[in-house]
Amino acid sequence: MAARVAVVQFPGTNCEQDVVEAVRSFGAEADVVFHTADSLGGADAVVIAGGFAHGDYLRPGAIARFSPVMEAVTDMANQGAPVIGICNGFQVLCESHLLPGALQKNSGLRFVCGVVDLRVESVDSPITSQADVGDVLRIPINHFEGNYTCSSETLAQLRGDDRVVLRYVDNPNGSVDDIAGICNEQRNVVGLMPHPERASHALLGSTDGRVLIESLLATAGVRT
Amino acid sequence: MVFDVVVEVTLRPGIADPQGATIERALPALGFDGVSGVAVGKSIRFSLESTDEAAARAEVEDLCGRFLSNPVIEDSAVSLTRVGS
Repeated sequence: MAARVAVVQFPGTNCEQDVVEAVRSFGAEADVVFHTADSLGGADAVVIAGGFAHGDYLRPGAIARFSPVMEAVTDMANQGAPVIGICNGFQVLCESHLLPGALQKNSGLRFVCGVVDLRVESVDSPITSQADVGDVLRIPINHFEGNYTCSSETLAQLRGDDRVVLRYVDNPNGSVDDIAGICNEQRNVVGLMPHPERASHALLGSTDGRVLIESLLATAGVRT
Repeated sequence: MVFDVVVEVTLRPGIADPQGATIERALPALGFDGVSGVAVGKSIRFSLESTDEAAARAEVEDLCGRFLSNPVIEDSAVSLTRVGS
């Protein structure tokens, strides 16, 4: 059976259709789930897509965390299902304490929009299981608050437990230790600032994001 | 009792404050040469009804820790003024 992915949409989310299209291009099922839902409809994996949930008011992700759907997302995370936060979704997962640390304004107060090289640092995650350590992927970024920060203890844990999943080859935003993506202790929750769905078709200029989505579907499929 | 509440949210020491740094860099161009240590935060104001000041303070501290500030990167300072009974 094809894996089913729920793509969460808050008011202000704007990347959910891109994620849906990217998932469907692999023959898997994807449905948008609005933030007021209290269930994810039996999906095998969840993606919190990018955008500006609740206008990013107060802090990105701060209000989204209290949306009804987040209880279902937290339940899925606790059950070990893949939960992926892309860009604003990464911010939501940090605010929800499903991932450690926080994303602050980019160094130099610069909004960054472009294509960057990412190095795969760990293949023990739902988005990199089909990649190889050291692979360099060209994937778009598009954010103002992507400067990952955390306490030195948390950073030591992330490094020691191989939980830095992706690093920037050339750090665009000041993230500590060039971090572009991390996973939680159980390794099923991943947050990343870059947008793999925007590198999922040759027409978009890169297909390097496909291996990340393929990995997610492979991980989700194993659980069905 | 009703309290006017002001919560001031500031970045924790050691957390980069690009807004503060940018403002500080712009000041010499306006002729302000002696300014240093510029820091940008936000203030959040509201009214709160509570049984007494201790209860009000406890509630606002809880609100700060869970919602109004992100303790990973921000500190918060609360001030309460009683305005009615």
